[in-house]
Amino acid sequence: MNLDFGQIIPSLPFILNGIVVTLKFTLLSALFGFTLGTLLSLLKISSIKPLRWFAEFYTSIFRGTPLILQLALVYFATPQLIGYKISPIEAGVLTFALNSAAYSSETIRAGIMAVDKGQREASMSLGVPYRPMMLDIILPQAFKNILPALVNESIALLKDSALVSTIGVLDLMRRAQVVAGQTFLYFEPLIIVGVIYYVMVMGLTQAAQVLERRMRRSD
Amino acid sequence: MIRIEHLVKSFGPLEVLKDISTEVGSGEVVAIIGPSGSGKSTLLRCINLLEIPTAGHIFVDGVDITSSKCDILKVRQNVGMVFQHFNLFPHKTVMGNLTYAPMKVRGLSKADASEIALDLLTKVGLSEKADQYPSRLSGGQKQRVAIARALAMQPDVMLFDEPTSALDPEMVKEVLDVMKGLVKTGITMAIVTHEMGFAREVADRVLFLDGGYLVEDAPPDVFFSAPKSDRAQQFLEKVL
Repeated sequence: MNLDFGQIIPSLPFILNGIVVTLKFTLLSALFGFTLGTLLSLLKISSIKPLRWFAEFYTSIFRGTPLILQLALVYFATPQLIGYKISPIEAGVLTFALNSAAYSSETIRAGIMAVDKGQREASMSLGVPYRPMMLDIILPQAFKNILPALVNESIALLKDSALVSTIGVLDLMRRAQVVAGQTFLYFEPLIIVGVIYYVMVMGLTQAAQVLERRMRRSD
Repeated sequence: MIRIEHLVKSFGPLEVLKDISTEVGSGEVVAIIGPSGSGKSTLLRCINLLEIPTAGHIFVDGVDITSSKCDILKVRQNVGMVFQHFNLFPHKTVMGNLTYAPMKVRGLSKADASEIALDLLTKVGLSEKADQYPSRLSGGQKQRVAIARALAMQPDVMLFDEPTSALDPEMVKEVLDVMKGLVKTGITMAIVTHEMGFAREVADRVLFLDGGYLVEDAPPDVFFSAPKSDRAQQFLEKVL
């Protein structure tokens, strides 16, 4: 075994800059994904059948095909289909948001259903319209219940974000491969980003626990 | 204030309310009693359209709320409801529970809504709990907050759906006392209850429901001392 972390040191700032790329990517994907997922979940519990069908169909498409295929389609086929030269980061965020929306919509739907129906009735009896009822009364309680599940989804997003290295986004994973290509050392850069991913996931878990404790104050 | 004409409510093949017609005058207090499954709660919930009537008409303040042109939200703002299980918003403080709808729905300023809320909390004896979350309150306190929350919308009609049924016995009185105070203000009230003593004391009229039919409609002293129907006699023998 001949390990040489010394040779990697000059490339370290290059690798560390990938943290920003990966985090930004994950944050944007989660933000768009959960927002879209919330809208989808509302369609799924809607009384209008075609809206429900649309949401079910949407979910089945994104759950029924590989993420890396969706990513490749969005990145490589968008210019061909609509003539827009989509950047790797745009393609990545778009695909991950669409994909995450499909998964999180199921979780959010379950969260909404788990809120006591008395909450809905109390809001209705006070004359509160649908939108504020959902935004102010039902969704805050639903999100509190499903916070652990959404943290899991965020962690999955963070780790799966390494897939965007396949379309050329200079994220952590891609940077490790670049350094490996330059130095012909594979173990060192890969293990370094592995540790970085692990630390980021642990940080996310910790942050979620703090958030959860804060939200449980009203119990 | 409330006029019900030939009201029918079905859940699928099950007809829960069968041709109910009655009237509640302005400032009148009506107790709705009857065995479980008789349709008491459904009748009450039709008055603010938590249940949509299958047939018939309900007029609140002269407006036909069963008409498709009717603004349901407007009707509900004017008809307060108190539930068996309180249904307070657990993520809002007592104050937040009372001020939310007046601010959001009626567009009151925070200061105005808070003033009304604090006044109501004082009336139900809970002004010192304003900043607490509902989970810190006893059942009786929760129900008093729920009454205050409904009153914060300044409705003309108050509906009570078994307001004391989920309470420990020692907390029933504090809620009934608040409701007695409310009767004195002259607000129109419809109360589904199993508290016969309370119904007898405060109600102007008693509606007795059985099997979805409105079987008796009489002043309490008449109903409790000389019920006309066999069904009401049997019911009263069991509960009194």
